[in-house]
Amino acid sequence: MDSTVASTGTEGKTWGGGNQPLKASYGKLMMWFFIVSDALTFSGFLAAYGFSRFKFIKEWPIADEVFTHVPFLHGQELPMIYVAFMTFILIMSSVTMVLAVDAGHHMNKAKVTLYMFLTIIGGAIFVGSQAWEWATFIQGDYGAVQTKGGNILQFGEYVNVDGEEKFKRISIDEFAVSIPDVRVEHERSNGLWFREEASLPPYTVNEIYTGLAANDNILVRTQIINDEGEKTVLSREESLKQIRDNGKLVVKGANLHVNEYGTALFADFFFFITGFHGFHVFSGVVINIIIFFNVILGTYERRGSYEMVEKVGLYWHFVDLVWVFVFTFFYLV
Amino acid sequence: MAHEHKLEIFRGLWKFKSNTQKIWGVLIFLTFVTAIEVVLGIYKPDVLMSVWINPIEGGFFATLANIILSPFVYMKPLNLIFILLTIVKAYYITWDFMHMRDETKALRRMVVWTAVFLICYLIFILLQEGGYVFDVYNNDKAIIKRDF
Repeated sequence: MDSTVASTGTEGKTWGGGNQPLKASYGKLMMWFFIVSDALTFSGFLAAYGFSRFKFIKEWPIADEVFTHVPFLHGQELPMIYVAFMTFILIMSSVTMVLAVDAGHHMNKAKVTLYMFLTIIGGAIFVGSQAWEWATFIQGDYGAVQTKGGNILQFGEYVNVDGEEKFKRISIDEFAVSIPDVRVEHERSNGLWFREEASLPPYTVNEIYTGLAANDNILVRTQIINDEGEKTVLSREESLKQIRDNGKLVVKGANLHVNEYGTALFADFFFFITGFHGFHVFSGVVINIIIFFNVILGTYERRGSYEMVEKVGLYWHFVDLVWVFVFTFFYLV
Repeated sequence: MAHEHKLEIFRGLWKFKSNTQKIWGVLIFLTFVTAIEVVLGIYKPDVLMSVWINPIEGGFFATLANIILSPFVYMKPLNLIFILLTIVKAYYITWDFMHMRDETKALRRMVVWTAVFLICYLIFILLQEGGYVFDVYNNDKAIIKRDF
């Protein structure tokens, strides 16, 4: 008797071998498998973001107050507009990609070339916008003071807008008083040979405090979100007391250690998630360029099938898909 | 290679003559959904900013009801709308741009069910834990203080 079973009674049926039950080529199937695993990676990041946000649910920065800038419209507060534009660009490049795939099905080389080119342009605009978004975020706008406990204290005043009292942020540049006795940044030219330090914050806490004490209208706003869903604004005495007793470091902009918008984790996740996504877009653009040149050279025309365009298309749409989720969880929710 | 495409979306409510037309149709729909999200995100209507059902008090069944109704009990309606619209967008990107609509049922299920199950599991675990850690920081007996 045979020690292994060679016939299992499935011959001629769907999974009996010799046919393609999924009706998909090996390459396409592997692209789908990759996409599933990459989707799990991204959901891991976004779920970790959710974890940290739930952990600090009472003090998480409000995205609408962080991402308010639009290029060429300086000084205006326009939350969401720019990121909506970026979303549209990416969806649009997804459309040109799927049109390229469609043209490939009809073996229309000229159209595939055109649509691939447009897709690459769309991807490049998106990556450029992402870079601008990062630059704006890193540079910061109002500045803040970090306390000993790692909390962020921001500044502003109540102004009357159309008969309504509104809290308007004030930049630290507007009220900080320059005191000449501050510590000088250590450069490699003095002291220990070839040792230097990172650039010092623009002001010391003392300079901010002096400026705050001199301007009666300025109040401090904490990270804590109150019942109305807004950040808590302290009274005048409380503001002075907080800066005097707890202020430790003046922060402008954001990096991986500190950020002026609120809890440092927010900036970490922003850099990490949008960075990882931006890297996907970048590599997508590179792969698209390779495929684009292959199309021009007629590689797929000779092969008789534009399936490679379809495969890179799957990846490109996936990048779009991820952005839809990043957009929701970073900018909307 | 088969090139037939299923040319209708919304369960046959909207039919297209060619695949190219369907692509533009889906683009219009996705743009429309994104526009709704942006408008809601900018104006934030007050009606949608507070939860519609407060947590139900008392006993095992109340807890069970809270868990079943958790999207309404613990989430602002606005956020719930955002998440639902996102899933709608994801569906049309996958189904029409990635041609999932034209794949075999087996391939579709292999990809979608696996991802959806694992992602839901991960999200549940991490958000549950996040809420617990929040409690450790903020309940009456919390030893860790960050308000300085």
